[in-house]
Parts: sequence; C-alpha cells; structure tokens
Amino acid sequence: MKKRRKNTMLRVGLILTGLLAALILLGCFWTPYDPEAMDAAAKFLPPCLAHPMGTDSFGRDIFSRVLKGAGTTFGIALSTVAMGGALGILIGAVTGYFGGVVDDILMRLGDVITAFPSILLALVVISLMGPGKKSNVVLALGLVFIPSFARVTRTAYASLRDVNYVQSARLMGASHSRILWLHILPNTRQVLLPALTIGFNNAALAEASMSYLCIGVTPPDASLGYMLSEAQGVFQRAPWYALSTGLTLVSIIFGVGLIGQGLQREKGGEV
Amino acid sequence: MLEIRDLHVKFQGRTREAVSGVNLTIRDGEIVGLVGESGSGKSVTAMSIAGLLPRRSCDYSGEVLLGEVDLLHASRAMLRTIQGREIGVVFQEPMTCMDPLMTVGRQVEEALRIHTDLGREERRRRALRAMEEVELPEAETLYGKYPHELSGGMCQRAMIAAAIVTQPRLLLLDEPTTALDVTIQAQILELLKKLNRESGASMLFISHNLAVVRKLCSRVAVMQRGVLVEEGETDAVFHHPTHPYTQRLIAAIPTRRRKEDAP
Repeated sequence: MKKRRKNTMLRVGLILTGLLAALILLGCFWTPYDPEAMDAAAKFLPPCLAHPMGTDSFGRDIFSRVLKGAGTTFGIALSTVAMGGALGILIGAVTGYFGGVVDDILMRLGDVITAFPSILLALVVISLMGPGKKSNVVLALGLVFIPSFARVTRTAYASLRDVNYVQSARLMGASHSRILWLHILPNTRQVLLPALTIGFNNAALAEASMSYLCIGVTPPDASLGYMLSEAQGVFQRAPWYALSTGLTLVSIIFGVGLIGQGLQREKGGEV
Repeated sequence: MLEIRDLHVKFQGRTREAVSGVNLTIRDGEIVGLVGESGSGKSVTAMSIAGLLPRRSCDYSGEVLLGEVDLLHASRAMLRTIQGREIGVVFQEPMTCMDPLMTVGRQVEEALRIHTDLGREERRRRALRAMEEVELPEAETLYGKYPHELSGGMCQRAMIAAAIVTQPRLLLLDEPTTALDVTIQAQILELLKKLNRESGASMLFISHNLAVVRKLCSRVAVMQRGVLVEEGETDAVFHHPTHPYTQRLIAAIPTRRRKEDAP
C-alpha cells in the first residue's frame, strides 16, 4: 500500500474530468456571453478571439452555450447515476445477500427491463410523465439504469456473503444491515466504482441521444445533444458548431471512461 | 455451562446424518478437545453451537444449551445477542478472517461496537488491553494497521483478541493453529492456556491434530462418522483408548522413535 504503482489512466482521467468539471462549474455562474442572447450581426462567425468556438445561426456564442449544455448533460448523468446507482445497489445488495424468491422475482424483472433498448424504455417513461423537464429525464434514465447496477452489485454480494471475514462478523453478532453496508459494501468497490463510471458515461450518452431526438431536454435549456441536432442542420456552413459540441461530449465520456479503466486496475479488493 | 443433548443434524439431500446423537458437556473453565477426521461431524457440531447452521437446508433436533438458552432453536435476534458476547469464535485461516479494508483495531473492537454503548475512547482502551493480553507487540501501532501488514501468527492473535474483547464465557476454536507453522502453533497454544487460566473462559478446541489436543485440553471427545465414539480425560483417552477408532488414531501419531523401540 505504501508504494503505489503509477496509474496513468486514472491520473489522466482525473485531470481531464477535473478540468471539464471546473469549466462546467464556472459555466453555472459565469459565461462570456449570455448563452441565449442573439446577435443578428454576428451570425456564423468562425472561431476567433471574441468567440473561441464561433457563433451559431442566431449569433449566439457557442462557447457559452457549450458550457451551459455540458453542465446540463453532466448534471443529468450524475443525477441518473446517483438515483439508478443508489436503488440498484440497494436492490442488488439485498438480493445477492439473501437470495431466495425475492431475488428470483427482482432479477427476472430486471431481465425484462434490460431486454428493451434503454432509449426506447426511457421514451416510454418520458411520454408517460411529460417531456421537456430535466427531472423527468433523470427519472426516466434512472429507472432504466437500475437493473444494470443491481446485477453488478448482486454478483459482488453473492460472492462475498460467505467469505470468512463476513462469517466472522456474523459470529460477532453483527446485524444484517451492519454486514451489508459496513462489511461487504467497502469490499465491492473494485467492481462498483468502475460500474458507476461506465453507468455515468452511458447516462451522458443516453441524455445526449434523447435530446438529439428532441425527447430529452428542450429549448431554451441548452444540452449537448440538442445542440448537436441543431449543428447538424448547419454543418456545411458552420462545421465548428458540431465539432466543438461533439468534442466536448467526447472528452467528458473519454475522461470518465479513463477513470473507470484506471479504477479497475487499482489493486486490492476481493471480488 | 454448555450442554449438547442428543444433537442430530442432517443436510437435505443426504442419506446419512452429519451428526447423529451427540451428547457433550463443557464445564466452566474447561478446555475440551473435539477430534476426528474430515467429515466426522466436528465442524457441524461447532456450527450448531455458533448458530451458523443453515437452518433452512437441514433437519436438526436435540438441544444445545448455553445456560438457559437453547442455541439450536433460538431466534436469529436472540442468537445475535449471544454471538460475540457470550461466545467468541476463532477460525482456521486468520488471514482470510479479517476484513482487508478495516484496521486491526476496528476489527478487534467490532464486538464492542455491536454489543455495548461504550464511547470511542473506552472501546479503544479495551481493544488495546485485549491486544496486550494476546501478546501482540506494540498494540498501539498495530491498532491502526491493516491486516495485510500483519503476519499469519499476528493475525491469529488479533482474531483471538477480537474474540475475547467482550470477555465471553465460551471460546469456540475451529482449528485455530492448523494454518500456522509449528513454532507459532506452540506460541498460540501457550497463549490459549494462559487465557484459560486467567479469564476462566471455557474453550471447545476443534482439531484433527491429536498432539496439539493432548497438549492443551483437559478432556477430549472423538468423533467418527457423526457419532461421538469416545470421551474422557485427555490422559485416560490417550493411554487407554477403548474404541478401536481412537486406538488407530493414537497409533497414527508420529513419534520420535527411541533406541529401545527400534527392532
């Protein structure tokens, strides 16, 4: 433990994601221009000093919009993982640890949910709850993401429930919840943390796709997916629009993906 | 103190009982050895004392009385108040019995956290005292270390410390020295003897190593194929074994051959 081998992936991933997160955080409070402000005199400006990513068909500053949009995508992905992860881990832990009939039922239910493409299922949920609101997107995606987290957690718990140190905690009179959360949960980190980062990426992509298809976040809220669909229409006149938006999305995914890979390579853990 | 009466355990899907009709008493302050080959039912007997019997997947009958409580039929909640407080358990492989992500000190304290409302300082004080009782050197430093930083022998001492920190009346020792090399084995045996002398806790020592049992236990019980075939004072059993299985077991103990024994 004292001597850590260099984990370049994890380090690069953390730096990249950290930078992006800092920019996004900045974008929450301050953007160079008002992301909604239109300027008829500054339509389709290519990247320049005043507008580092150029302007779009309404003369809006793309950099400001990317900051806002990335914030939306990042926020939705984070909330989705928080919701899907929390419920998924809870369900997975209980089913993996106790097994039995409840396990069978919940896991088959999970199979049913995973059998649908996630976007399609989210679409159903969105149409039930009403489109356009960020919270509905989070709810829809969160629900869709529960089974995958539950499955990973379940496997980890099932493999650890009869391990010697869990057995000895049990023999000290530890209650089930103490064993579940204090003794087993920390030891599943090597599986769970990468799963959470992969889940984050899937959620970010799912949100972008949904907004691209106009069933996710709708204007005036900026979102990377919606901006991509706008950029598609003007791709020949303003290729920088699609490029800057797309590259931002790619670097978020890439950074978090690297963190996930790096975490997987970290040593220690039992599973 | 602990009384096992007519214990029968049969796992579902098996034709033979794992334990059939075992009667065994452990008196206060006594160290009883339970020996037998693999599959003789000694571990299942221990499991039913510890409350680890998978009740859903086996048939069982009889009584395992600790004081007034029948451990075999007690509720989970009842068992939890006894496990770790009145019965301490030490397993065979100390390295795998410790949570790799918890400091040694926290694990020694665990039973106190579960069973008492003691404050952080008091828990720490008691944990350190238990660690000193099992002769762990530099208990203060070890308290904050992780299991992988300890040797096998030290881990086993830490596990014993974790088992005795609540001063239980009975210690269940399931082959606690088997995974250790011989010199460490001898040290742990000395330690167990000392603990038994000083605290007066009873011990059930499960082993297939007769030499170890002979050194430590005042009474010994021999199991074969789920049945208790012989039980008595250690010296008596070793000098005049009555059951043929015991005779064979004792004959199989490797001895240093003396000159006069040589042909």
